[in-house]
Formats: sequence, structure tokens, C-alpha cells
Amino acid sequence: MAHTLSVNGRSHTVDVDADTPLLWAIRDNIGLTGTKFGCGVAQCGACTVWIDGQPVRSCVTPVSAVEGKVTTIEALEGKEARAVQAAWDTIDVPQCGYCQSGQVMSAVALLKENPKPSDRDIDLAMNGNICRCATYARIRTAIHAAARSLEG
Amino acid sequence: MTAHDLTLSRRSLLAGAGGLIIALNLPKAARAQSGAAQAFRPGGTASFAPNAFIRVAADNSVTVLVKHIEFGQGPFTGLATLVAEEMDADWGQMRAEHAPADVKLYANLAFGVQGTGGSTAMANSFEQIRKAAATARIMLVQAAAEAWKVPAGEIVIEAGVLKHASGKQGRFGEFADAAAKLPAPTDVPLKPPAQFRLIGKEGVVKRLDSADKARGKAQFTIDISALGMLTVVVARPPRFGGKVASFDAADALKVKGVVDVKQIGSGVAVYAQGMWPAIKGREALKVVWDESEAETRGSAELVAEYRALARTPGTVAGSHGDAQAVLAKAERVIEAEYVFPYLAHAPMEPLDGYLEWNAQGALARFGSQFQTTEHQTIATILELPPEKVQLETMLAGGSFGRRAQVSQHLAAELAMCAKAIGPNRPVKLVWTREDDLAGGYYRPLFVHRMRGAVKDGKITAWTNAIVGQSFFLGTPFEAMTVKNGVDATMVEGANELPYEVADFRCEVHTAKVGVPTLWWRSVGHTHTAYAVECFMDELLQAAGQDPVAGRLALMGKEPRLAGVLKAVAELAKWTGPDAGNGRARGVAVAESFGSFVAQIAEVSLGEGGEPKVHKVWCAIDCGIAVNPDIIRAQMEGGIGFGLGHVLYGELTLDKGKPVQTNFDTYRSLRIHEMPEVEVAIIASSEKPTGVGEPGVPPIGPAVANALARLGQGRPRQLPMVGGMV
Amino acid sequence: MLRQTALAAVAGLGLALAGTAITTAQTPTPPAGTLRPVESFQSIAQREARSAAIFTEMGKVLQHPRCVNCHPATERPRQTDAQRPHQPLVVRGKDGHGAPGMACSTCHGKENFDPARVPGDGHWALAPASMAWEGKTLGQICEQLKDPNRNGSRDMAALIKHVAEDSLVGWAWRPGPGRQPAPGTQDQFGALLKAWGETGAVCPR
Repeated sequence: MAHTLSVNGRSHTVDVDADTPLLWAIRDNIGLTGTKFGCGVAQCGACTVWIDGQPVRSCVTPVSAVEGKVTTIEALEGKEARAVQAAWDTIDVPQCGYCQSGQVMSAVALLKENPKPSDRDIDLAMNGNICRCATYARIRTAIHAAARSLEG
Repeated sequence: MTAHDLTLSRRSLLAGAGGLIIALNLPKAARAQSGAAQAFRPGGTASFAPNAFIRVAADNSVTVLVKHIEFGQGPFTGLATLVAEEMDADWGQMRAEHAPADVKLYANLAFGVQGTGGSTAMANSFEQIRKAAATARIMLVQAAAEAWKVPAGEIVIEAGVLKHASGKQGRFGEFADAAAKLPAPTDVPLKPPAQFRLIGKEGVVKRLDSADKARGKAQFTIDISALGMLTVVVARPPRFGGKVASFDAADALKVKGVVDVKQIGSGVAVYAQGMWPAIKGREALKVVWDESEAETRGSAELVAEYRALARTPGTVAGSHGDAQAVLAKAERVIEAEYVFPYLAHAPMEPLDGYLEWNAQGALARFGSQFQTTEHQTIATILELPPEKVQLETMLAGGSFGRRAQVSQHLAAELAMCAKAIGPNRPVKLVWTREDDLAGGYYRPLFVHRMRGAVKDGKITAWTNAIVGQSFFLGTPFEAMTVKNGVDATMVEGANELPYEVADFRCEVHTAKVGVPTLWWRSVGHTHTAYAVECFMDELLQAAGQDPVAGRLALMGKEPRLAGVLKAVAELAKWTGPDAGNGRARGVAVAESFGSFVAQIAEVSLGEGGEPKVHKVWCAIDCGIAVNPDIIRAQMEGGIGFGLGHVLYGELTLDKGKPVQTNFDTYRSLRIHEMPEVEVAIIASSEKPTGVGEPGVPPIGPAVANALARLGQGRPRQLPMVGGMV
Repeated sequence: MLRQTALAAVAGLGLALAGTAITTAQTPTPPAGTLRPVESFQSIAQREARSAAIFTEMGKVLQHPRCVNCHPATERPRQTDAQRPHQPLVVRGKDGHGAPGMACSTCHGKENFDPARVPGDGHWALAPASMAWEGKTLGQICEQLKDPNRNGSRDMAALIKHVAEDSLVGWAWRPGPGRQPAPGTQDQFGALLKAWGETGAVCPR
């Protein structure tokens, strides 16, 4: 069955079953692979995209339920995104890097809603993103650094 | 051997491993010059390839071909640092790529085959890659000297720019073509450490892979696509040792996007146009399993058996004095048993691989950690000569040991999937998280039974009986680790103590269990450090000794281990286990993979009585610290990884079936559970040693020893927090 | 809590947990899967007793994991039939829809997503703190339910409508695979509530 999805400002029609998770439509049908598969059950956050600017786990979102505009890591832009990615570079957050697309999508979404998050705010926004390399200390440092850079 | 013959049992892997044994006997040293001109050239544009490791292109970029897989531990950046140091390159011109599979050029000098493991990357490459870079430097300088008609000795290189006092200057790219025509010198001198401007310096290099990874641009195996490629998932037996009895693919083939279903050695493969149809197809597949030879014992039964075994005489793995005699006469004997569950590695990117092939040859692309043996496994199964099989190592989303496959089971399954569907049908095999967690190759379940005697404030005797599985017995690697019936990876860290105890004995029992197991970040130290450091702490407490001072008093023959313990005590301003504010501090030390690590954890009881680890101080001595920030990152990551598992990690078997099958039940450390970490790196001129694994062993016992001071006792059975299932 | 191991080792993994029980995977006694129809209470002659008995029957639903998990005593919901703390760590937030950056809708869609066993509803949210039921007696829940200050300012008619027609309430009877549904049906539960109101809305003691 054909489903029309708006991804990164472009309309894509994908011919897949209605229960196909947005994750696999994005990766296998549309060919954007920055969004990662980690668990398939909304436990790890590697598949995080935005729908209408809100973070969503694409692995548990069937294409039939997607109505809004989807943004993936490939089309992330704006001052919060630049600040977060610059902080990720400066602080050398990634290790294996596989979860980092999802981490960045969650971190940017947090800063857009809360430009000066506390440690607790970071915990609550970011604990849905598992990093098996445990880069958590640097993720926290980088979010604070990005927030500071946005103040100036 | 045909694909259908190859199941994942130990026996058949051994039978199919003739080629692997040959590989292990290949010459150890890889000569930097051999075959360089013919070497596969990633990137393709380099005009100067002085050896197997260095490529200089007209655009001035210097690409390092890294023979160790990059999965986060940092060899791309680390080896590029060494090259940039010797070539006096600018960091901005440095690139890194994986070297192709080629044992003649890229063998790990510690193994004799190409492979990554044992935290050896830096130790192995420290001299080899600097020599390769120094060679490249001399040739570039010579080319410039000839072009400028000046003596080579008058040319200097600063930040990638060749300069002469006459004012002439130029970058590497200008001289790449000319340098390529020069003979390579032998016995090149290396830069003296006093002149290092990158090695060991803070803030001068950044990871080469951070930017792409923060932007979703890094390419992993799961990201590969190709024209006509089919995605494959495999239905595997629910119990280890099960086999396909029969299957009915009718419903699976009705799923939109499913292309074919084939039986292979490891189960039944579903081929589809994309991952979701493959998953749905597998759901619809009906398989009858023959479990007549399957392992049906559960974790509880195994623990009971191991505990009984621990009370019988085992094989002696280490002994001095007569500990049993001392214990028999001792007034005060302290006993402890520690039980360690099976653990999964659960790298964020599950196992996966890509393969295309026909009669002319094959190209495999995946996160290969043992390239040489995997290369040969694929060639054997596809019945192709090895020289017609190319293996490209991809960035991998973590490993923690999971990709370092003694059994070659992923490479074998990948080749079987490709072979079963036939030539010219590229396949991408992907494991789901459920496949990963239920798929075996766990850190083995272990039991340690400890007995010790204390008299007059001193530890007088120590015995340790270890029971667990060996993942080396019956494999081609057996000769490497098994000596006199003792698998060194089962007892490392426990069969010799860093402490002076007059009467000591360590025995081991190797249990036969049909659950596939594997090394797991820090291998034997994952359990031996916990048992040894908890028990030492308990004995010191019984003897009325301070945990730090008491250890130091027994470590006279271990200056480097004592050094990190003193350093961490200083870093944490240690005054004893009581930290005030309802918090306590615990300490632990461990040497592993040639590196020395001490940690102090500050712990309280948090929400629901769960241990809350607030801060961890860590000191490491890993010889020359090439990239201090990567060392810090590996300590942070090792602490987080180790902590998550001692607190929450367990893979329980119920009548042989894995109970935890995704992150909802295999609980992983999350950001709010990550402690603050402060790391001190000991200044050293010793040769560099590993950092990927040594951060893991001390964290568990450090937390346990803190809990003991909070009145909780040292947890005797891991994980410390139960109850996700 | 710490796993108490001195005695538990042979008995095995997952047994003999020490400390408080809050985070333990408890296996509560499974409630009956059915609700008695309103008519069956006619035999109770005394109106007040009948009313209280009807509410006691409603308690099978109100105290069921499907309801209590999202009427928690703390900021954090619970999940599964074992009522363990929700993983990942999520909180009520200022409007019951989660914290900035991780709203309920980050994971929970408009409908259950059965392949991943992730539940969903168009109004997926956590009950306000004033409506916490976890750890309370049925009598306390009853008083709370009647109190407009603690029930979302609902009178009995609004309460009946909410319970009988709200889709998130109704989710308790269609929770998807891997979760035990609340006993009976939403209609039966609505009928019991109505009958309870009509008999004076008496709370059990």
C-alpha cells in the first residue's frame, strides 16, 4: 500500500505495509541511513527523529500513523543544532558513534524547548537514549556547553 | 564442507577450521614494504604509498590505513596521531581508513593474524606505524631536496609544510609523485620522545570520526545498500544446540516483500526487500525445532551445579605455600561465594554483514574484528580461493568482545546466507536485538568460592575455587590460552595475586555446558577482579585495616599497581571509607592487558534502595599516554559499561531459554545512572598498553566495597539490582 | 535494592530480594478477569451496603495494574503486569504528558503498536498527582474519586461519562499483547459506576 511521507521537506511515496515502522521506510525505502536501529521497541532511542519538531521513536511509529513533517539527522539545522553538533565535536563525545544520531536529535529537541536545562532536565530528556559505550558524562557536558554557547 | 553442514556447534566449527589453524601459523612480522605497491588502496587517489600504512594524496591529505577495527576505542585517531607525529603533519590533513584484510601486511603482531582484541591496538602499532610514517617522511623530504637542489638535512617540516632556509616551502602533495619514485629507506630513526608535540599532549588532536558521527554520516554495515540487495534475518533455534527439524515457509512467502526462504546451517533464512518484510516474514515462518541435543539447563540449575563443583578438588591454576593446611588450623576462616550471571555484550549496532559474490570472487563488508579467520571462513564456505575474496572492515557500532568471534559464526552465517540464495544476489544479514540477546556467546556464568584466614591483623591464607565455562576449549584458538588444562582467560587476575599472601591456592573447574560463550570487555577480569577485590576488602576489614593502606602494605612487589592506588587515593582525597552525608567510598585495583587501574567509587542508597554511584575517581598507568583524552574517554566508558552490568545486567536462562530478549529486560545503564568520573593518567615512559578494557574490572568491586560500608554487605550475586523480569 | 545472596544462591536468580519492595518485580495475585453485573448486587437489600459492594467490585479495575500504573504515587509511572518502574525514566511533567524532550508521545502513538508491544492512545498521559491511586486503600481511592478537588472537577454525571466513554480509560480493556486487560468490559465498569452513584456512592471501609 502506498503511503506518502514528508521527510526533510520532501514528499516521498513508499509502497509498504501499513504497519511498517517509519524507521525502516526512512532507511530502506527513502535511503536515509543516519537514523539507526537499536532495539525496535522504543527502549534505546537510536531511531529518534522529529515529527513536527517533537522527538519520536521511529521504530515504533507505523507509517500509517505519520501525519506530520518528519525531520531526520540529515536535515537537522538551526542554531540549537549547530551548537549541539559543535559541542559534540569539541568535547569528542562519540565513541562507536552508532547511537549518536539519536542522542543529537534528542539533545537538540531539548534545547529548543529548554534553552538552559539543569542536570535533572538533561536526565529526563536524554535517559531514553542508551549509549552502550557510556559516553553519558560527555553528552551531559556537551549539552551544557551548547546551552552556554546559545546564551552568547 | 557445504553450507548445510556448517552448524554453529563447536564440533563442526572445529571440523571446518582447517584453514584457520594454518592461518595461525603464518609468519608474525608484517614487513612494511612487502607488496605495498599492489596493496588495495582505499580512497584510490593517493599518489604516494610508501608502505602498507601510509597514503599521501595530491590534496596533501595523509591517510592512515588502520589494521585494527574502529568501534569507538579510538585506533583511527590513535594511529593517525603516531603518523602525524613522525611526519610532522598538520592534524587537519590526517585521515584514517580501515586496512583491507591481508594477513601478510596487517597481522596483529601479538596474534600473528589480522585482528583486534586484548586491548593491543596501540601496543602493537606503536613502533610499526611510526616506522612507516618516518619512512614516508624521509622520502618526502628527499623528494623536496631533489626538487629544490638542497641537502635533505637542511629541510624541516612544520605542520605539514616542508621548509628550507632559502625560503622554499611546499606541502606533501607537491612531492607525493616524486617521493613515490624513490627507493624506501630501511632502518629509519624515530623521533625521540622529548620532541613529541602530539603524543601525550592535551588538546592537540581531536577524534577523526566525531564530526561524522554527530551528523549521522558515519557509515556502518547496517547502512550498506546495493542494487538488488536482499535483507536477511535468520530464524535460529530457541535453545542452544537445537536444529531445524522441518519448516513451512508458505505464510512467510505471502508477506509482501519477502523474496525467498532457505534453510542454512544456523537456521532458516528469510530474504526480503528491506528489514521489515524480513522480520514479518520470519514471524510468519513455521519452524519445528529438533531439541534432542539442546542445552536445557537453566541458570539456577547451573549455579547449583557450579557451587557443588566448587566444593570439590579442581585443577590447580596457581599455588604457593600450603593454604589448605593453614586454613585447616586457622582460628578464624572467612568465606565468601560470588555468583556471576551470563552477560550479553549488546553492542548498539547488532551483528550484521554484507556480501556479494559470484564465481569470479566475493566482496564482504562488515565490522570484522578477526579479519584473517573471517576472510578464510567466507572463502571456504563459498568455495573460492582466498585471494578472490575481499573483506572490507566497516566501522562498527560497538563490540565489547562480541565481534571478536573465536567461532567465526557471523562470517559463516553471512556466507551461508549468500551461498544459499545463489550468486549475484547481494545480501545484508542483520540480527535484531532479540537475536542478539537470545543468541548466546555470552560472558560465561561463573562461581568463585573464596576462603581466607586472618590472624593478628594479617591475611595468612587465601584459596579460590573458580567454576565456569571455557570459550576456548575445542576451538582453533585452544593452544593459545589453554595450558595444562587451565584456560588462562578463566583465571587471569585470580591465579596470581598482586598482594603478598604467604599461603595461596587457586583451583579451577571447567564446566561443560551447551551455551556458547565468549570474551566480554576485560574477559576473565570481569569476574576475577570482583571476587579478588571484594574478598581482599572483606579480609582487610576483618583485619582492621584501611582499604587503601592495607592494600599498599601488601603490594611491595607491584610498584605500578601501588602507584595507581596512591594516585587515586590522592585524587579522591581519601581519608577512609566513610564519605559522610550517608555516602561511603569503596576502592578496587586491577592490572589487566598490561595496564594498571585503580578506582574509588562514592556510593549511597538511592531511589527504591538501589545503589546510587555519585562519583568515581580513576587512576590509570598505561605506559606512554598517546592520546590522553581518548584514555579518559575509555576510562569513562569502561566505568559506565562495567557499572551498568554489575548493577543491572543478567542474561538468565530458563530451562535453557534466554529470558531477557531486549533492553526492556536487559537493563542498560542510562544517563541519570552515570556517575561523574575524574581520571588521573600516570606519567610514564613505559611502552603504551591497552585502555579499551582495563577501565572495566575495578568498578564492580569498588561499588561493592562501598556498599559494605553502608551496611549492605558486598553483593554475593550479581547483578546488584534485580527485578526486571 | 541489593540482591541478598547469602541464602539465595542455590535457590537461584531472581529470588530472595532484600530491602524495600518498591522496585521489585512483584507478581501480584491476578485479579479475576470478569466483573459481576450490576443485577447481581440486587440481593443486597441494604442500599448503602449495596453501594459499597458495587464499589468494591469496581476496585478490581481501579486497583488493576492497567489503571494503577498510570495513577502512580510518585512522578514516575509503572509498567507491565509486574508494575515495575517505567523504563526509561519518565515523569508526569507539568501537564501529565512528560518532560521537555521526552513526552509520552515520543514513544506512545495514537494506537497500540503490537509488533513492539508498545501501547498507545490519542490521549496517552499520566493522571495528575491528585489522582494517585498507587498504595491507597480502596476506600481512600473511593473518597478521592468522589472529591471534585481530586477528580478533575467532575460531578457524578461527568465521572460516569469519563469512565464509560474515555478512550484512554477504555485502553485498559484493550492493552495489546503481553498485558493482562482490566477485568470485565468498559461498559460493565461504566454500568457499575452508574449503579454505585445511584445507590448513594458509598465508599467501602
